[in-house]
Amino acid sequence: MLALEADTALGGLRLELTLEVAGGECLALAGPSGAGKTSVLRIVAGLLRPDSGRVRCGEETWLDTERKLDAAPERRRLGYLFQDYALFPNLSAWRNVAYGMAGVPRQQRRERATALLERFGMAAHADSRPGTLSGGERQRVALARALARAPRALLLDEPLSALDARTRAHAGRELAGLLAEAAVPAILVTHDFEEAALLADRVAVMDAGRVVQIGTAAELAAAPASSFVADLTGAVVLHGEARPLSDGLTEVTLEGGGRLASTDAGSGRVAVTVHPWEISLEPPGAAREGSAQNRLAATVASVTPVGNRVRVALLAPQPIVAEVTGAAVTSLHLGAGAEVVAAFKATATRIVDV
Amino acid sequence: MTASRLFPLALVASLGVALAFLTLPLLAIFLESSPGELLASLGEPGALDALGLSLQTTGVALALIVALGTPAAWLLATRRFRGRALAVTLVELPLVVPPAVAGIGLLAAVGPQGLLGPALERAGLELVFQTAGVVVALTFVASPFYIRQAQAAFAALDPELLEASRTLGASEARTFARIAVPNALPGLVAGGALAWGRALGEFGATLVFAGSLSGVTQTAPLAIYERFSNDFTAALALSAMLVAVSGAILLGVKLVSGPGALGGAGARG
Repeated sequence: MLALEADTALGGLRLELTLEVAGGECLALAGPSGAGKTSVLRIVAGLLRPDSGRVRCGEETWLDTERKLDAAPERRRLGYLFQDYALFPNLSAWRNVAYGMAGVPRQQRRERATALLERFGMAAHADSRPGTLSGGERQRVALARALARAPRALLLDEPLSALDARTRAHAGRELAGLLAEAAVPAILVTHDFEEAALLADRVAVMDAGRVVQIGTAAELAAAPASSFVADLTGAVVLHGEARPLSDGLTEVTLEGGGRLASTDAGSGRVAVTVHPWEISLEPPGAAREGSAQNRLAATVASVTPVGNRVRVALLAPQPIVAEVTGAAVTSLHLGAGAEVVAAFKATATRIVDV
Repeated sequence: MTASRLFPLALVASLGVALAFLTLPLLAIFLESSPGELLASLGEPGALDALGLSLQTTGVALALIVALGTPAAWLLATRRFRGRALAVTLVELPLVVPPAVAGIGLLAAVGPQGLLGPALERAGLELVFQTAGVVVALTFVASPFYIRQAQAAFAALDPELLEASRTLGASEARTFARIAVPNALPGLVAGGALAWGRALGEFGATLVFAGSLSGVTQTAPLAIYERFSNDFTAALALSAMLVAVSGAILLGVKLVSGPGALGGAGARG
């Protein structure tokens, strides 16, 4: 288990949080850049000393500012995957991997390093310098290097963000397999909620140095604690003024025009969230049929295929994103400038604090 | 002609003038006397001695500068401490002190009547009019060139490389030896070449502090000055030799450490 408590000033930001990650669990720190995510990893690794705090890994205490205890980074047995991988340019791939094997007899290092590279399909590149490798290859060498020390914890800083879109999907699946196999606690930093959902068991959403919500990705998406979390999960966030109705529903008058109903309770200034896949698109003037209570007239701003779906960005007048199939795009003649109606059920909406 | 075409032309013209101005004197050394005359002058006793002494003393000085300056530059590049700005300024001070003043300062500090004179005498160390004194003078004037460049080269390293090394179990000393020095090598070599060049041309501080004793403290620049008043051809010959040796070493450094080595300060590669 990895436990962390920290309270420290970071430039203009105050970082204040408590985290616990169980053995074999992967916790994602998700949030915008500047939220202090990487600083959390740096505190765990001993590269940044907080004003006050504690870091424990299993039986070992790595940091306890109260007891004036601060283990040097090299004494903390962990695997740190840096955002740009930080491979040593002066050493070949296998020497990069063998760098952390100080306890291994010299003549066995090459064999052990090559075996680790083999596991990531990189044995053929053992003698290559990092400068000659592609982004995906560098990431795999860096992963092999991070595991070479038999770490008691794994710290992964944006492990996929330096990769191009095609490599990313493959590397993501590989990394998910590795994390499932690893019996040690892992902390993963990402600004991408989908990446967090794919790789982590739990997601801690960070904003301005604090954890604003923690839970499984599904919990966060279903019940975001704030419009900030909802926005991060990719949900549509609409701002407005809520007023309870006599039938138990809540009516929200949207800023910029429009009105919708929600089954959640709320009053005053609120944000209404709804997932893009809950929103269906209809031609304007179509007969009102079906159970969708909420209907907002909108103009298509852009149409972007994402995997097997199509993301349709709308102006209504607050921005809305709907996810539909390619067939729907064709039959509705969706394109920039097209007039549509965005429809969704009152039960698909959540009302959260702004 | 428009202004937009005038500017590139002005750039080319200024580079041309600069190159002509900088190479003409060096070229003239070789053109002013015939190769036969140059070779004959080198046979003169004392000329090769002076050159040999120059290579020997600058070599020892460079070794001292690198051995002491590299860790010092690492400290200045990686730590923030009280008085760091002052330390950096003190390291740079010899750059702006006139060489003759440096010689006077060395006499006042470690000369027989200097601050540390009695202590050095008790230790049996004599510097004035000794080859060791030449090395001290060269080290004093040349070390800032190396330390400044080495500091810049270390500061330009990606800090994540050094941090990655630490998280992989390497102490700071191992990180310095295995990651910092190899990756900063082009900058360190460039600094070494600059310091060595400065030491090879050293004149004032050596003359004032160690004197100009043929075979003991008379380095090539001092020997050239001595010949200059009575035998211009001999001065030319020794000068030509010095230019050739410096040029060869500069070229050697460039070939060994790649084209970027003497280009950008602290460039990584």
